[in-house]
Amino acid sequence: MANHKKLFVGLRSRLLPEHLLGELLTKRWIDNVVPFFALIIAIAVFGTLIPDFFSASSLSDFGRQIAEFGLIVLGLSIVMLSGGIDLSVASIFTLSVLASLIGTNVEAWPTPLVILVTLALGAFCGAINGYLVGYLRLRAFLTTLVTLMIFRSIYDLLFLSKSTAIISGLPDSELLFFIGEGTVFGIPFSLLVAALIAIVWHVVLSRMRPGWRLTAVGGARRSAHNAGIKVRRTVFFAYVWSGLLCSIAGFLFAARLGSTGADTGVGLEVSALTAAVLGGSSIGGGRGSVAKAVMGAALVLLLTNSLVNLGVSGPVTSTILGAVLLFSVFIDMRWMRQRSRLLAKVYVSPVHLALPPAPDTTAPGSPYALNDKLRTVEIIGLGEIEGPEDVILDRDDNLYCGTRLGDIVRFFGPDHTRSEVFAHIGGHPLGMAFDRAGNLLVCIGGMGLYQVAPDKTVTKLTDETNRSLFSVVDDSRLRLADDLDIAPDGRVFFSEATIRYEQEDWATDALESRASGRMIVYDPKRNTTRTDIPKLVFANGVCMCRDGQSFLFAESWTCSISRYWFNGPKKGSIERIISDLPGYPDNINRASDGNYWMALLGMRTPALDLAMRMPGFRRRMARRVAPDQWLFPNINTGCVVKFSDTGEILESLWDLGGENHPMITSMREHRGWLYLGGVSNNRIGRYRIPGANPDWCAQDDYWGPSR
Amino acid sequence: MFLLALVLFVIFAVTLDRFLTAGNLVALVRSVAILGILGLGMGLVVIGRGIDLAMVATMVVSVSWSLALADTGLPLGTALLIGLVFAIVVGLASGILIAYATIPAIFTTLAMGLIVYGSGRAWLFQVDVQNTPASSEFFDFLARATIFGVPMMIVAFAALALLVWALLKWTRFGRFVYATGDNPSAARVAGIPTRLLVVAQYVITAIIAYLAGLIMAAANSGMSTRVYNSTMIYDVLLVVVLGGIGLSGGRGGVRNVLVGTLLVGILLNGMTIFDIAYTQQNLIKSVILLIAIIIDSIVNPRDEQTAQQEQGDI
Repeated sequence: MANHKKLFVGLRSRLLPEHLLGELLTKRWIDNVVPFFALIIAIAVFGTLIPDFFSASSLSDFGRQIAEFGLIVLGLSIVMLSGGIDLSVASIFTLSVLASLIGTNVEAWPTPLVILVTLALGAFCGAINGYLVGYLRLRAFLTTLVTLMIFRSIYDLLFLSKSTAIISGLPDSELLFFIGEGTVFGIPFSLLVAALIAIVWHVVLSRMRPGWRLTAVGGARRSAHNAGIKVRRTVFFAYVWSGLLCSIAGFLFAARLGSTGADTGVGLEVSALTAAVLGGSSIGGGRGSVAKAVMGAALVLLLTNSLVNLGVSGPVTSTILGAVLLFSVFIDMRWMRQRSRLLAKVYVSPVHLALPPAPDTTAPGSPYALNDKLRTVEIIGLGEIEGPEDVILDRDDNLYCGTRLGDIVRFFGPDHTRSEVFAHIGGHPLGMAFDRAGNLLVCIGGMGLYQVAPDKTVTKLTDETNRSLFSVVDDSRLRLADDLDIAPDGRVFFSEATIRYEQEDWATDALESRASGRMIVYDPKRNTTRTDIPKLVFANGVCMCRDGQSFLFAESWTCSISRYWFNGPKKGSIERIISDLPGYPDNINRASDGNYWMALLGMRTPALDLAMRMPGFRRRMARRVAPDQWLFPNINTGCVVKFSDTGEILESLWDLGGENHPMITSMREHRGWLYLGGVSNNRIGRYRIPGANPDWCAQDDYWGPSR
Repeated sequence: MFLLALVLFVIFAVTLDRFLTAGNLVALVRSVAILGILGLGMGLVVIGRGIDLAMVATMVVSVSWSLALADTGLPLGTALLIGLVFAIVVGLASGILIAYATIPAIFTTLAMGLIVYGSGRAWLFQVDVQNTPASSEFFDFLARATIFGVPMMIVAFAALALLVWALLKWTRFGRFVYATGDNPSAARVAGIPTRLLVVAQYVITAIIAYLAGLIMAAANSGMSTRVYNSTMIYDVLLVVVLGGIGLSGGRGGVRNVLVGTLLVGILLNGMTIFDIAYTQQNLIKSVILLIAIIIDSIVNPRDEQTAQQEQGDI
């Protein structure tokens, strides 16, 4: 019975892609799902209720209407994306209709001139709004409500004096007729114009700098300002664009109908607002897209047209519209507030991980026998450095380490008392290695793979790899490049611990223990980066074997070391050489006697081991308990282990209780000493290895004796 | 602002020979009494950092429904009570949506106005204009009675102003409204039941709108639903903003509403005497409102610390 349950838990966590739910929620387009299905349902319902719904003439009519209404909603959405609101879209539209009609029917201007004048008028009206809201910092809602009325009054005044002239005048322009009535391959011309504008705006908003700035200003005004974006100008232009789009809509309307009435555009601001919010543009700003605007416009137009078709009276329609507006704003507010909370609840998705029993460290003759050899080590740079995850030494005995502050610090040999900032890169350096030419290659968490030349120049080697085909999160960016080593042919193999979490959330990844890390290879000759081994569980240390065809790598949460052949007869095969470590392995480096050193960043505990076999328990914990109360890997005791390339454990060095070196993440042997680093330590340790070769230097071992 | 009203008054008094007659002055106050009453309600919510764009709709629909019900034979008292209950329900709905569903007030009341007016036109009454019952003592009294020569409408306005003044000045509720308007999160942290407070504000505003509607119906011996489509709500806003109640909340009082009412009254009266067309009046009023908002934003700049961050720049 118990076995069946275990099997079920294991299968469930292997087969059900539960992590996808959380990853889907991180995508920006997830907001569009609800409006999209609402649109499909609306089409289905009204399509069956209304006869001739799909007939060519009604579709073409709908196309022309959505072209105009969609442009207005797009304008409003652009303003909303910048964190404002523009109710005056309705009267800018109406005013533009009137301006085009005066141009064509009364003044008999050529069509291009009419277009120019109309667009200029729209941009000018938008500029007034933009100046008031952007530069004078007025409240957008109230201000545009008032300009709505101002523009409307101007329309009323002009309409009174010009209406008879508009009706009596008849435009005689082929071009105007084509814009109003023409089709291209059966598609209304105005719809094509609107579609083209929509595509351009889609590219601008999602792919280009002006669009990003708009989103940034709407998302966080102050942060945008701090990032150097001209907030006021950006807001100003949002309103100008909105006015311009409304005037295009107005011109298309005028070209189509050739007349206007006293009630043209009345209440349009509410339908446009409803459309924008219904489509998913957030009223708080920072969230909106062309797709959302188009879906919202289609939904509202479909709703109002169909209600008219079904014989519903005007007041009822406006009641429904008001209710829909309230409801969609309500949903928007809820969604914006709950989204991050929901995401935090469902993102952590633990898997079933059955670790073999941990070796008994107290058994007589155990290679893991406890000792306190690391307690009395010499201390280098105490208090001067923060978080030397990895340490490395060059041929001249200089000691390099990364720090949490984004520096690489160099301690001058041979006594390592003086130090300097060797290079400032900006991210926390995690793994380091020297290449054949003496360049220092560094893996930076959150940034990627960087190179520091001996003359201190910093070059980015790579920060992205190939996007895998079916991943939901964008895994092309390097999120947590961890450790690296360099093959004899110059190729750089480096590990990325996880694609699901940032560096500071490594413990959450431990809780999840999902295979979301990978091994990546960077080829400097071709300047390409490819993912070599996907789906590793917190891929960590990497170390070249001495055969030049394979390397060892550590997977922390499975407490295992594997060997991977990248060349030679066994190319492509992976062999697990240790799978029952007593702790979580971190970096691996060469020892002078032909074996390898490995750091254990923390020790396994029975409670966490048990929890690893209970994914449901961990999921409940992640949902219901505050993160600071979660189970955490024991990192109070660090350990260094020497092992052979067949996986035999030879020796262990401990600092029980972690007085000098808790959480050891790295160690390097150099001329008879072992240098110790730790990601949360404020020091580097130096341990005299009894009987070690006093002349051995890793660079010579890798690249041959110097010069 | 009061000075401005005085200056405008003097200018009109000097330039317009018909302006400074007793008849015109009483007409002036009468014509804006309704606006002033609505301004009292709007002022209350604006002090509490809200806004109520549904006031005119509430006024029109609740009173029209009462009159329509009375027209079908229901006793006037019952009909009026039903109208009052309707107004309270509308206020409750707005308040709950704003306070508990955290929908921005300006959205809620904009949509609420549409819903109330639309449903009223669709289901509650059929004709545009509802007349007051022909022989109703109540409406006659409101329309014609005078106290010491002061028309009842003005007395009602004064009484309501006194009531709201006392409410804001002397009651715990009033203090809390100022505190919430000044800094909602601080008020909340201090233990003020801000949500209930918001609901109460909108209910009171709806009741005031209903009372204004009664007086309007008495004055015009009927209620025209077209009032909703006019720019009346902007006039009410104009009263509040011109009076000097800061739109960022926590500032101003009944005095400001009175000053604003006078100012708007003089303005409307002057424009009428100048014989300016309705559409042009709208244009002038809205431009003045815009200027008033600009001045307000300079005099009472928004406090970035307490501005409603998550609701964006609206």
